[in-house]
Amino acid sequence: MATPTATTAEVAEDATAVTYAARIEHVSKSFPVPGTRGGQQLVLDDITLDVAPGEFVTLLGASGCGKSTLLNLVAGLDRPSAGSIGTDGRPALMFQEHALFPWLTAGKNIELALKLRGVAKAERRPEAERLLELVRLQGAYGKRVHELSGGMRQRVALARALAQDSKLLLMDEPFAALDAITRDVLHDELTRIWRETGVSVLFVTHNVREAVRLAQRVVLLSSRPGRIAREWTVGIPQPRRIEDSAVAELSVEITEELRGEIRRHGQH
Amino acid sequence: MASTDNGVDIKVDVTKDGSTAAGEPQDPNDLAGLEAGLDALDSVQVGRTPLRETLTRKVLPPVTAIVLVLVVWQLLVWAEAAPAYKLPSPSDVWGEVRESWLQGTLFDYIWTSVSRGLLGFLMALAIGTPLGLLVARVKFVRAAIGPILSGLQSLPSVAWVAPAVLWLGLNNSMMYAVILLGAVPSIANGLVAGIDQIPPLFLRAGRTLGATGLREARHIVMPAALPGYLAGLKQGWAFSWRSLMAAEIIASHPDLGVGLGQLLENGRNNSSMSQVFLAIFLILLVGIAIELLIFSPLERRVLRGRGLLVTR
Repeated sequence: MATPTATTAEVAEDATAVTYAARIEHVSKSFPVPGTRGGQQLVLDDITLDVAPGEFVTLLGASGCGKSTLLNLVAGLDRPSAGSIGTDGRPALMFQEHALFPWLTAGKNIELALKLRGVAKAERRPEAERLLELVRLQGAYGKRVHELSGGMRQRVALARALAQDSKLLLMDEPFAALDAITRDVLHDELTRIWRETGVSVLFVTHNVREAVRLAQRVVLLSSRPGRIAREWTVGIPQPRRIEDSAVAELSVEITEELRGEIRRHGQH
Repeated sequence: MASTDNGVDIKVDVTKDGSTAAGEPQDPNDLAGLEAGLDALDSVQVGRTPLRETLTRKVLPPVTAIVLVLVVWQLLVWAEAAPAYKLPSPSDVWGEVRESWLQGTLFDYIWTSVSRGLLGFLMALAIGTPLGLLVARVKFVRAAIGPILSGLQSLPSVAWVAPAVLWLGLNNSMMYAVILLGAVPSIANGLVAGIDQIPPLFLRAGRTLGATGLREARHIVMPAALPGYLAGLKQGWAFSWRSLMAAEIIASHPDLGVGLGQLLENGRNNSSMSQVFLAIFLILLVGIAIELLIFSPLERRVLRGRGLLVTR
């Protein structure tokens, strides 16, 4: 679908082809505890995780598991305290809030991403229109952000993230603030776009069903510090529905595991 | 990765027992239609208010207020609340306006001050903007001059007239110096406040899109800070205008021409209360006109574009 234009700067440094979209190796992250002298709180502990090209992975965990921290590290917005992170080019990042710039129209938001990527001026408008079409918002080019509904905003945000033409799309609970009907539609939409574009997705959520509905692989993180507790490969064929019995069954299993992880924190 | 060519799925849904309504079969996987429906339900229609409504809601109230003030004023004059040399009647002041209009000096007064004020303001803009950007974005600069800059805002700019006259003499440079010292801190502080109020999410989003350094300032920081910046500009203009009037009242020299401040001072020297009133009205009028013609539309445009303007 997407033509592999060589506009991005991430031409592999060495001759060997990159075999991962993201490689997280023994990554730990601690933050200084305010009010203490040199006190450190360990948020992520020895995380090792690969995302293969074209793979859809969800990171699942309760609050305090450091999933957003991990995503920030992969996005390059923060540095790990230990370990290393490799990505194939700069990843795109989508937030829980749409994070669209309100001083620009939907189309111009996408064009800004294209401009910052280095796309020539003449190509920006048609490319923005194409991306809007991809998220089924053909008529929204000139719309201001506040004129769009929550679901439409997230779709524009998705189009803007795709405009970065990254190999890896990081998503930080992007549908958490939407109503159930819209979220369900966006699950279908994301699955379709993922299959059409072949982009790799690392999707963070605390919603078990969502994780199972979307992913090829679900990674459960324990909390405080965040460690990889368990992994599931999801073999249910796409397109799935959130109410499919296979989705429900696996969700029950994962929820039990997640609850077990949470219970451990109440025991002392 | 396995993917169907066009995203349309041919597999029959198990939960659907094949029953279709009369006419078009409803495809359970018709995502586009579902989405279009959701979009239509969720979107808000934004319309503009008709002219008539604008007139009754925006124009009528201030006009009423002005007429009321004039009526009360005229009543006070009729009641002889104060001797005529202290309280001229509205018609006396109107006569003053007519006279200077017929002499052709009315616009000279206004233009002398307004051109000075606007030029000074533009200079303040050119200095205050990069200064504000520096203070907001560079920690060391903020720590060094941030407090001084906000302190300067509370210093009445009249205080600068005396040193400016001594340093630069009685000329236009001295006027501009006073304007700059009054307006630059306001503009810079407005921009700093605007930048401080940028939601961190915008900066993160900008950075993931690859906006750093000057490109971040140009594409993210400045537009995001625009509402606060505009508020600063508005205040900066008010400070420019006030500083200029102070300078014109205090410093007079034949070469400087007669601006509005000078007109006021002349009225006082001639004990002509109607001339003093005329000057005060004109000073007020310019202030209101600039606000109404430049800043207010600019601000509304910016806020409306961002969906921040709540009508009613």
